[in-house]
Amino acid sequence: MAGIYDKLSNLDRRIIFILIALAVIIPITTDLVIPNIVGQEPSRDLFEFVDSLPEGSIVIVSFDYDPSTMPELQPMAEAIVRHLFRDGHRIIGMALWPQGASLGQDAMSAFADSLGRAQYVDWVNMGYKTGGAVTIARLGTSMRAVFPTDRDNVPWDDIPMLRGVNNLEDIDLVISLSAGDPGIIHWVMMAKDRYGTPVGGGCTAVSAPQLYTYLQTDQMVGLLGGLKGAADYETLVGLLEGEATKGMSPQSVAHIVIMLFIVIGNVTYFMQKKKGGAR
Amino acid sequence: MNWDMVGIWLGALTTLFLYSFLYRDNPFYKFAEHLFVGMSAGYWLIYSVFNVLIPNWWDRMLPEGGGFQWVWLIPGVFAVFMLARMVPKIAGLSRFALAMIVGTGAGLNMVTFFQSNALAQVKGTIFSVATGGVWSVFSSLVLVVGVVSGLVYFFFSKAHTGMTGRTASVGITILMVAFGASFGYTIMARISLLVGRVTFLLEDWLPTIPRLFGIGG
Amino acid sequence: MRLMIPLAITFIAGMIMILNFFIPHQPFAFLGDNLQEWYMIVASGAIFLGAANLMHVHIRKIRLRLKNWEYSPVTIIGFLVMVVTGLVYGVTENRPFDYLFMNMVAPMGATMFSLLAFFVASAAFRAFRASNWRATLLLTSAFLVMLGQVPIGAMIWDKIPLAKVWLMSIPNTAGQRAVMIGAAMGVVSTSLRMIFGIERSYLGGAD
Repeated sequence: MAGIYDKLSNLDRRIIFILIALAVIIPITTDLVIPNIVGQEPSRDLFEFVDSLPEGSIVIVSFDYDPSTMPELQPMAEAIVRHLFRDGHRIIGMALWPQGASLGQDAMSAFADSLGRAQYVDWVNMGYKTGGAVTIARLGTSMRAVFPTDRDNVPWDDIPMLRGVNNLEDIDLVISLSAGDPGIIHWVMMAKDRYGTPVGGGCTAVSAPQLYTYLQTDQMVGLLGGLKGAADYETLVGLLEGEATKGMSPQSVAHIVIMLFIVIGNVTYFMQKKKGGAR
Repeated sequence: MNWDMVGIWLGALTTLFLYSFLYRDNPFYKFAEHLFVGMSAGYWLIYSVFNVLIPNWWDRMLPEGGGFQWVWLIPGVFAVFMLARMVPKIAGLSRFALAMIVGTGAGLNMVTFFQSNALAQVKGTIFSVATGGVWSVFSSLVLVVGVVSGLVYFFFSKAHTGMTGRTASVGITILMVAFGASFGYTIMARISLLVGRVTFLLEDWLPTIPRLFGIGG
Repeated sequence: MRLMIPLAITFIAGMIMILNFFIPHQPFAFLGDNLQEWYMIVASGAIFLGAANLMHVHIRKIRLRLKNWEYSPVTIIGFLVMVVTGLVYGVTENRPFDYLFMNMVAPMGATMFSLLAFFVASAAFRAFRASNWRATLLLTSAFLVMLGQVPIGAMIWDKIPLAKVWLMSIPNTAGQRAVMIGAAMGVVSTSLRMIFGIERSYLGGAD
């Protein structure tokens, strides 16, 4: 018996790698479906806030992430953009991370045509701006100063949907899809706490626990945390075949496998300790 | 040429090159790693030029209507000072640029962090004291005790003995629960990224293989 | 003396931002607005510095034939390809620059970080031990979140997602808030030290 514990404690990490890979591959190839249930989560709060906006509201969607977190945040971006377009809102896309400008363009242009939304009338991508919190502070006094042109060099004055938009006070909601710094925290600090614009958002699962503090204080109207948040939003929007919703099955299996690893690791540890061989 | 197919293969090959690291470090991984660093830096630079420097600086210094707005020379000079760091003889000039960045950031952070992450949080904790059912009151109590004891744990100007020590001990316990939650979320995040890549390989790339070799139409 | 001017710049910039916050009227509004716009330009200079430094490091590696120098041309070529396609075709959607980003940079970025899934699993197996009651509490909290976050958790017991929501909203918020308030105090004191020239390590050491 002791031999088994020794073998387990010295297990080649590549075996663990293979098991994790299989935990993800098998549910995908077998089309395993575990329905996602949306409880009283902050993702529902965000959905309900967006749903309550009057038609034609102007929403900033800030794509503050890069490809390293794309599997978590891109499905959120697509579900939110779809929801906003479907309900007749106007989107000002922007990015505090350079690569977010391209990912945001991809998310917005993917649904615009099929939902009959025209660029520069219903949506615009203002592109990337450096500066993080300082840039948001300036948006609070003049958006035109920060965005003299959009991502493709079209001047602010030539964009019909921006007529009447001067600063953050003219914005009905800011949604930041954030992978870290700069991101949601800075939007809360500047847009919400300084200029009073409601802020919601989506973030990587890693940063979600920290942002719960802003929910209890109403500094945020709602939050999508990681793939679960994305899947919740897809479910609420009615995107039942969405990337995140499909991803929840392999995610479930992988979680169970990792938990088993932890349990086996602990059993091994305690058995070896009992025999006086713990390291 | 079918550029969509080429794109999928480029993505798949670089993905597989990077995953080869799981077996051991190897030239394929190193190739993809170095390529990623170079291309990312190039992307960042180009976006800074097209989305920031041209519209926010150059076009303002030399507006379409003519004229030269000299005041915009100042941030331009400061930005060039930043590059002086590369030249040892004039590296000191980069301090001017750095000083401006640090000063602006410090001024902004001082007030905003205090407002949003200190005052608003204290207020949120005080006003969390609920008057609803038993469970609601219990939750509020956990929140208030958790925040206060957590702060006591981080207060090192007084020795953690006696009452302070016991309060700090409660603080550690609450922090452990919070760190456990963070760990759980971290696991979720990492697995999500893997799910994304495996989905790409299985659903976008794999079906192109038969098509590439003319099998199955 | 060589630090006097940078320290003065830090002080003036910092004070402008503070005064702009408390007195959002002229002249502080004008000064604050301009400073914020200048900040964006100067910060872009840092991106040029980063790119120049990257090239410098790799050219040096090739010149001195340092370890793994064979891969340095890959970085340089990757950088130049993006810069040239960006300058020639622009950043508009469906142009070569965008194509390279979507089909190479994006997949590589996503893959690089997804590698962590394997290492976090391996680390959890080897290092996550319930060695005392607090570690057990941490482990329990992690398990509850891991189950509550995925639909299989609700299949095991329908109260798990509810328990997760409570754990995140109450004990997690309490712990995170204690860290947040502490860190905010740290930011405030460090910012003040910088503005008043007490903390000057960012300028390359004390004078």
